[in-house]
Amino acid sequence: MLSPTFLSRLRRLLPPHCVLNEREDLMPFESDGLSAYRNVPDVVALPENEAQVAAILQLCHANKVAVVARGAGTGLAAGALPIDGAVLLVLSKLNQIKVLDPLARTATVQPGVRNLAISEAAAVHGLYYAPDPSSQIACSIGGNVAENSGGVHCLKYGLTVHNILQLRAWTIDGQLLEIGSEALDSSGYDLLALLTGSEGMLAVITEVTVKLLPRPERAQVVLAAFDDVAKAGAAVGNIIAAGVIPAGLEMMDRLAIQAAEAFVHAGYPLDCEALLLCEVDGINEEVSDDIFTVRRVLADSGATEIRTADSEEQRLRFWAGRKAAFPAVGRLAPDYYCMDGTIPRGQLPHVLRRISEMSAEYGLPVANVFHAGDGNLHPLILFDASQPEELHRAETFGGRILELCVDVGGTITGEHGVGLEKINQMCAQFTSPELTRFHDVKAAFDPDRLLNPGKAVPELHRCAEWGAMHIHGGQLPHPELPRF
Amino acid sequence: MLDAYIDRIRAAHAEGSHLIIQGGGSKTFYGNADEGEVLGTRKLSGVVDYQPKELVLTAGAGTPLAEIESLLAAEHQMLAFEPPHFGGPATLGGSIAAGLSGPRRPYTGAARDFVLGVRMIDGTGQALRFGGQVIKNVAGYDVSRLMAGALGTLGLLTEVSLKILPRPASEVSIGFELDEAAAIQKMNRWAGQPLPLSATSWHAGVLAVRLSGAASAVQAARAKLGGEALNDPDAFWQHLRDQRTPFFDMRPAASSQRLWRLAVKPTTPPMKLGDAQWIEWGGAVRWLATELPAATLREAARNHGGHATLFRGDPLPDGAFTPLAPALATLHRSLKQRFDPRGIFNRGRLYPEF
Repeated sequence: MLSPTFLSRLRRLLPPHCVLNEREDLMPFESDGLSAYRNVPDVVALPENEAQVAAILQLCHANKVAVVARGAGTGLAAGALPIDGAVLLVLSKLNQIKVLDPLARTATVQPGVRNLAISEAAAVHGLYYAPDPSSQIACSIGGNVAENSGGVHCLKYGLTVHNILQLRAWTIDGQLLEIGSEALDSSGYDLLALLTGSEGMLAVITEVTVKLLPRPERAQVVLAAFDDVAKAGAAVGNIIAAGVIPAGLEMMDRLAIQAAEAFVHAGYPLDCEALLLCEVDGINEEVSDDIFTVRRVLADSGATEIRTADSEEQRLRFWAGRKAAFPAVGRLAPDYYCMDGTIPRGQLPHVLRRISEMSAEYGLPVANVFHAGDGNLHPLILFDASQPEELHRAETFGGRILELCVDVGGTITGEHGVGLEKINQMCAQFTSPELTRFHDVKAAFDPDRLLNPGKAVPELHRCAEWGAMHIHGGQLPHPELPRF
Repeated sequence: MLDAYIDRIRAAHAEGSHLIIQGGGSKTFYGNADEGEVLGTRKLSGVVDYQPKELVLTAGAGTPLAEIESLLAAEHQMLAFEPPHFGGPATLGGSIAAGLSGPRRPYTGAARDFVLGVRMIDGTGQALRFGGQVIKNVAGYDVSRLMAGALGTLGLLTEVSLKILPRPASEVSIGFELDEAAAIQKMNRWAGQPLPLSATSWHAGVLAVRLSGAASAVQAARAKLGGEALNDPDAFWQHLRDQRTPFFDMRPAASSQRLWRLAVKPTTPPMKLGDAQWIEWGGAVRWLATELPAATLREAARNHGGHATLFRGDPLPDGAFTPLAPALATLHRSLKQRFDPRGIFNRGRLYPEF
């Protein structure tokens, strides 16, 4: 609980409508996009300018009060889950595009600006902001930086870290950090990379300068059906080996295809085990060449059906099924739980086979949606939270999928972040000395551990307790740690 | 093999003695002079894993770049940040630690953009692994990218995983006679259009542009832009990448000229600093050999949103790199202290104070 003295000091820093602490006002902030995790915040602060952000941080620092930064609340890992006794610092009112420089191809924006709003503002100049997380209508750029968000196009155009130049960020003690530059690099350590994806643990961002790219002349998509998931997986590697870097390369398995087709009627073939959507973009002539190559490779890889969208309308319809895959799968069961592991693409058949075996073991169906180009797998575990134990079973199953991703040389999170959700699996991916270095990085910025404490990087004792329950391959993880 | 390095580093940590990490020695001129015994990385040589279909290569830090590049070329792939060799036996680890990139950088990305993961030994002798071999990975802080450009001051890189790209099917380079202001304008205008640019350079009244991609796209862009075909374009871009043109060599040994790299906002108009300049990276880098004082050059770069680096020439008391603002300097010291508490690695190489 926050003391009345602290709350009255906080109120003095902000106009009355910018501090919320009535229960009905706080309820909308109890979770981010992962609603399985809920906690009503003690107080919400909604600063309207940078000076207010700095003042809030200084006040919290002086009183040793924790701060959880939040953008649009679309995160999928409980990274913005409120913490008891902390201030929830919501940056959505900082929503101005400050500068858009078409010749230099940059936009300087406040953190609450929505991802898509940047591309909309740049469109008149023939430019756009490339990273396009599926939540791009709603998610804001500050959260994108905090999570190093990706999207459908990141194999070709990179993640957030590849598409930003400069940050203004504030440490917990209210010092301004100007990171990066208007040039392509800056003096010293690459703190721009370190802050990107740091999940609100190191500093609070109040301004981001992003790169804008010229909009491709043309984009075209090819759809291919396969009677075997392994063949579809191999086709992905074959396309890349043929020298094509698709703008988007997505795969869906049988359950996901059927759910999507039933939901949006995209015209997908239903008698197949896997569907690939391969989009190429760029200069007109290059797209023609690439489409030709992609069709040839897909045929050689054993596709049972290949269709090329011959109009923008058809291209959008092909994508509509994929983009609706999550809500479509959501219609199959009362609840679903979305995982986010990344694997080396060659491991796909093995991983899908193991997921299907575990699905039988846990008695929970799984639909697989896969950013195939970059190896990012989104298994959607179907369950019913109203049934006793089902949420727990889904979480345990999900955790085992992530551990499987680590075992085959991948990672527990490709784009959603660790947050609170995957904190135990961090113990599977990193050793104690590595986790210690992460804590050291945090301590360099925030020695009192006031920014988003308890998220993203597990305490070592937590790994010891978790490890005691997860003896893996006969090997106790973190054997050097004392266990109680 | 790794154990021998760990032992050596533990001993240095115990004694508080200094080590100079060195791969092929091709970039010893870069950064400030460091002190200590040389810790060579060439024994950490060899490609660990390369799967062309995964677009990922993992190799020991001491692996020569030339070896990696010829392996990739056989599969029609490349290191898309076009790392400089500087005419020496550059290694993978040195390239990443220096964080330097070549002419393709503004269009495809920098060394740091292609780092997927590292294995390293920190200043206490602890072996660590960050990142991995996959393109999308947001578990934990991005310590592997932090190592790119850290000049070995945070640890010894022992293995690096990189994202690889296909080699473009076709490349054409063209030249235009243009003055400096017009060339800067053109570089920026073209970069905002869907054109397959892969390198730009301006010097002595000539704007050179490289186009890369599918043959059809390159031909279409060539027809749109006009210009004259560049003579021996591969040599031109390679010599620029490695600074093997007379412009970069013209400082006589006795001269007090230094070679400076001014990194600025790419649309920065001609910087009137008196001496001839070589512009690359779409206007974002301005090279000049000059006797002007560091303060003048750093201020000029700062006024245009960037920073100045002494690249070659007599050392400066406050170092080759632009000194940091106090809040950032504190963070740098703190990170250094945690990865290398006794300051054994590359003492002074990045900033004189550590």
